Amino acid sequence: MILPEETSRIASERVASLPFEPEPTTMLESIRPISRQRAAMKPRSRMATVQEFCIEKSIAGIAFISFAFIILILVFVFREALPLFTGNATDDVGRVPLFRLFTFSWQPVSNTPAYGIYPLIFGSFKVTLISVAVAAPVAILAALFTTVFAPKAIKEILKPCIEILAGFPSVVIGFFALTVLASAVQKLFGIDYRLNAFTGGLALSLAVIPIIFTITEDALSALPKSMREASLALGATPWETAAFVLLPAATPGVFAAILLGVGRAFGETMIVLMATGNAALISPSIFQSVRTMSATIGAEMAEVVFGDAHYSILFFIGICLFLFSLVLNLTAEFVVRNYLMKRFSGSSR
Amino acid sequence: MKKPSHTGKAITGFIFKALTGLCAATIVAVVVYLMLDIIIGGLPHITWKFLTSAPEQGMTAGGIFPAIIGTFLLVVIMSIVGVPVGVITAIYLSEYMKRGSLFGRFIRFAVNTLAGIPSIVFGLFGLGFFIQFVGNGFDRTFLPAGSLLFGKPCLLWASLTMALLTLPVVIVSVEEAIRTIPRELREASLALGATKWETIRKVVLPGSITGILTGAILAVSRGAGEVAPILFTGAAYFLPQPPHALSDQFMELGYHVYIMSTQSTNVDATRGIQYATTLVLLALTFLLNFSATFMRYRMRSKAVR
Repeated sequence: MILPEETSRIASERVASLPFEPEPTTMLESIRPISRQRAAMKPRSRMATVQEFCIEKSIAGIAFISFAFIILILVFVFREALPLFTGNATDDVGRVPLFRLFTFSWQPVSNTPAYGIYPLIFGSFKVTLISVAVAAPVAILAALFTTVFAPKAIKEILKPCIEILAGFPSVVIGFFALTVLASAVQKLFGIDYRLNAFTGGLALSLAVIPIIFTITEDALSALPKSMREASLALGATPWETAAFVLLPAATPGVFAAILLGVGRAFGETMIVLMATGNAALISPSIFQSVRTMSATIGAEMAEVVFGDAHYSILFFIGICLFLFSLVLNLTAEFVVRNYLMKRFSGSSR
Repeated sequence: MKKPSHTGKAITGFIFKALTGLCAATIVAVVVYLMLDIIIGGLPHITWKFLTSAPEQGMTAGGIFPAIIGTFLLVVIMSIVGVPVGVITAIYLSEYMKRGSLFGRFIRFAVNTLAGIPSIVFGLFGLGFFIQFVGNGFDRTFLPAGSLLFGKPCLLWASLTMALLTLPVVIVSVEEAIRTIPRELREASLALGATKWETIRKVVLPGSITGILTGAILAVSRGAGEVAPILFTGAAYFLPQPPHALSDQFMELGYHVYIMSTQSTNVDATRGIQYATTLVLLALTFLLNFSATFMRYRMRSKAVR
């Protein structure tokens, strides 16, 4: 072959993927004179092939960085928490064995430090639950409105609004919650503390709404048009179609949206750090202050002694956050790929 | 018999429709209120002096100049490191990766995972890996015993941590841009005898330059707004001077908002400064987001044509 190896391979692949078979003779006729000319002008040496090979390998190498860093994140966050597992973690009082983490009191800075992470786990779940309970209905119904009922002009207002909300830095939402939302909630419900789980959850829902809205909207607009038309043709009203046909059909997408929303809420730091009051309490009331896992890391890491038991425990909490978000993301991806895509591939396009 | 059920249906339909509309309206109202509140609260305090002077009197007066410069340096260094890596990864994913190859699947998985990790975990990683492992290792190997240069929170480590956090943003945006380049263009280049790399360099990359810029801008916007990863990798409470070296700590707008509104000596007296700083941060991110959206819109409409 006169053509460089790489090009011919790609060309043959491309040709093979074409819907029709080009006649081989015409192919040869059209290629030969050009390549002969090229060969006369500048013979493509072995160097060029070697160069191509090197470039491809270095690009692959750089692409590998993202994967390498996932491993590095796991390894190095774990490394700082390692003393806990080997029994070498110590504080001012003495050794801190791992089981002391699984208790109900979090008082790391005191004469008799207590490192129970249950209140923190409870706090994270409580705020996440409140925020998703507020965000999910609002975002899903708004997405339904956008895809089914809204005229085009309103759509043009709504979508940029959601994008703007998604673009708000979390510290700005936290600031808003701290200065405006907290006072409003306090006045509205007549509660003692400005900062509590409900205020934090409400503020957090502002960060969760764009995620749930966007993915739900994607799922709804990916539904085949025939589905909606069939329902309408059978005599169902538009709202019946929306509520009983479109929404159930998009359930996997909506489910994935909620999962990703939960992931965002669970990992968010600045909003909860500024708006929840940060007292490590286990209480059923939504108007009590909570301290979440992420806020604990954010608030305490700057003041901790390096290599101390407290330091290791904060990294341990980090591992928990990492693993939890990983599981949520994998589940969401699995759900979308296995249900949503399979159900509509072929019929939607 | 039939009539009442019909009106009942119509009423339920109306209620349902109104409910969904109400939800949408609530979102719009909240966004508008949020923006108005910050603009009204912050605008009166923004003066030329506020933007160009350092904080004074224990941060109860003065401006935010060091924070603006700190944020600027953070995102510039972050982009210098992160954007090339992101672009090359996107090229690999869209041009070189063979369909269903294990290696490619690993990288795809990594990019998706990276996008989902909580930002505070990136901060922990920056502390554990960059500062404790790389920085301390460097100091121990190359510096006289006891001296500290990179083994502490500083601009370099905060920027690298942020680059890692914003990597998926760049990758996704560039990949989308590369996909808009028609296959025929690539085939024409290959048919003319260009090698694969020549095709990428002369056809694919110039064609997706808008996408690369969009990705970079979105990454900068994200990086400027994140505070959690720099809490303990480099941001400082108060510094009268902007950083002079990579090993200096720095002030940052988002961190400044957080500090001023939660740990200031007199939270109520500095309300104006807080609002004004928030407004500057918000204006910065919106300007960036808006230009990215505009460029992406133009890119998409060009691709359709």
